[in-house]
Amino acid sequence: MAIIEAQEITKVYSLGDIDVNVLRGVSLTIKKGEFVSVMGPSGSGKSTFMNILGCLDKPTSGKYFLEAIYIGNLDRDELAAIRNKKIGFVFQGFNLLPRTSALENVELPLLYDGFPAKERRERALEALKNVGLEGRGDHHPNQLSGGQQQRVAIARALVNDAPIILADEPTGNLDTKTSAEIMELFVKLNTESSITIILVTHENDVAAYSKRIIRFLDGLIISDEPRGRS
Amino acid sequence: MINIPSTFRISFRALRVNKMRSALTMLGIIIGVGAVIAMLAVGTGASKRIAEQISSMGSNLLIILPGSTTAGGVRMGSGTQPTLTMGDAAAIQKECPAVQNAAPVLNGVAQVVYGHQNWSTGIVGTTPSMLTVRGWTLASGRPFTEQDVKSAAKVCLLGQTVVDNLFGNMDPVGQFIRIKNVPFIIIGVLAPKGQSPQGQDQDDTIYVPVTTAQKKLFGTSFPGMVRIIMVKAKSTEDLAPAEKQMNDLLKQRHHIGPKQENDFTVRNLTQIMQTAEQSTKVMTLLLGAIASVSLLVGGIGIMNIMLVSVTERTREIGIRMAMGAKTWDIRLQFIIEALTLSLIGGVAGIIVGISGSKILSVLAGWSTIISPFSILLAFGFSGMVGIFFGFYPAYKASLLDPIDALRYE
Repeated sequence: MAIIEAQEITKVYSLGDIDVNVLRGVSLTIKKGEFVSVMGPSGSGKSTFMNILGCLDKPTSGKYFLEAIYIGNLDRDELAAIRNKKIGFVFQGFNLLPRTSALENVELPLLYDGFPAKERRERALEALKNVGLEGRGDHHPNQLSGGQQQRVAIARALVNDAPIILADEPTGNLDTKTSAEIMELFVKLNTESSITIILVTHENDVAAYSKRIIRFLDGLIISDEPRGRS
Repeated sequence: MINIPSTFRISFRALRVNKMRSALTMLGIIIGVGAVIAMLAVGTGASKRIAEQISSMGSNLLIILPGSTTAGGVRMGSGTQPTLTMGDAAAIQKECPAVQNAAPVLNGVAQVVYGHQNWSTGIVGTTPSMLTVRGWTLASGRPFTEQDVKSAAKVCLLGQTVVDNLFGNMDPVGQFIRIKNVPFIIIGVLAPKGQSPQGQDQDDTIYVPVTTAQKKLFGTSFPGMVRIIMVKAKSTEDLAPAEKQMNDLLKQRHHIGPKQENDFTVRNLTQIMQTAEQSTKVMTLLLGAIASVSLLVGGIGIMNIMLVSVTERTREIGIRMAMGAKTWDIRLQFIIEALTLSLIGGVAGIIVGISGSKILSVLAGWSTIISPFSILLAFGFSGMVGIFFGFYPAYKASLLDPIDALRYE
């Protein structure tokens, strides 16, 4: 079953008089439980494509279905609800709220889904335990290492049982050892919980953890190949 | 679904992060609310005092003064010629339908002696109607009667100030005093009234029957003459008709032709006082309005800080949007933050306003009254200021593009 289906997606940015074609007709199908790496040089359109997949942006033309829901018809708040329930985001810069405990950071998606405080707390503690941060709930981001912060972000992506995780260079700010730990965590989530993971990366080492690699160049997919995990 | 308690917690945390900034922003609201409460307290105090004075004077009061007369081309001052009589007072009482009571007054100043104490005070010769007209009650004893007036009885009612000066703490009822060496029996004491609108001590007075005043105290060249007539109209609406009816009646009684000048003047005391009361009310409103301006400025301060805050926290807004915050989640977060600022400022402002009015009343001796209404008004207003001036920054925040907001450095 296709969890993500993109048909002929284009995206045009108008910079004054000049129109920039960032995406020039991208079609892609991702099935539930896949682990996909998206690679490509800067400006190849991969980030824009990820934003569209994450319902943060809308395509100029083309159709995007997420779990068979047509995204093109949705308004701002409906998109927010989709992001809340279907997608967990993991960013390169972690994007945790400063001066806010790890626990409350993890609770955030539940807060916007209207969960009562007690249940928020229980589920957030559970998610922190899943990423190996048991007992760190009271720590603030500035009291955690980079790897730990990224784990908090992953816990936040997991907490609302989103079927998809979109990770935008999740290891970009981490050293090799920590990167490996984070990637192992993704693999675990993918295999044990069959969460669909789509991650953007520049590094072949990181992409090697995935089962499928998609390469972007100049707004088009130039290669899409499965690979056995090394 | 929007979670209000959590949103409040988020707001409190955001405000705690910038304590100094939050406190300074609140200061505008504190000053505004404090000023509104203090100014309204001063204004309300002033109008309450005037209202008290009006009621102490007696309500719906008209006063007829003898007019000026012309003698050989020389115009004399008002009241130089005795023109009003007991008959006029009786006729007004009987023939003017808008009049409830009319009391003639013949007054003067005389030395009063009791034992080895003496005191100089105003003696008012009048009829029993006077107590009704002035709305005056007795603290003890009984009022004098029509019979006392007819027989020119030597009875008197004492004002509290006179009692204090002649008798101290002793009960004066039943005692004799001498007014201009004429012995009078004290039959009652008037209830204290305090100052008149003009600042006179209304309790420094002795009431005697008007006939006794004419015959024994202030001998008149002209029998039945009185100095003024005090009139109480039946109601506030009857004041104007009463004025007209008395004018017509007195013109007729005094044989004044249409071209001739009146030899009396009718003055509407209540109207004068009500005008004073009105102007105090206007002053209160004006003070309140001026104070509200500072509240408004405080509100602009909140808007300013909220705009800065939204810009500073663009990335936070982006994160929240990515996590599924809807338009109103973001909007409410910032509105509640502004509301929290203004409401905390409002509470502090109420404290400042109340202490400020107390200090004013002690230092400047103004009577200030803090009404619950003014507190409610100021608090409600500060809340509205918070919502109003918080809305635009919150609106701006909620319309941010999530991608731009996430990338914001």
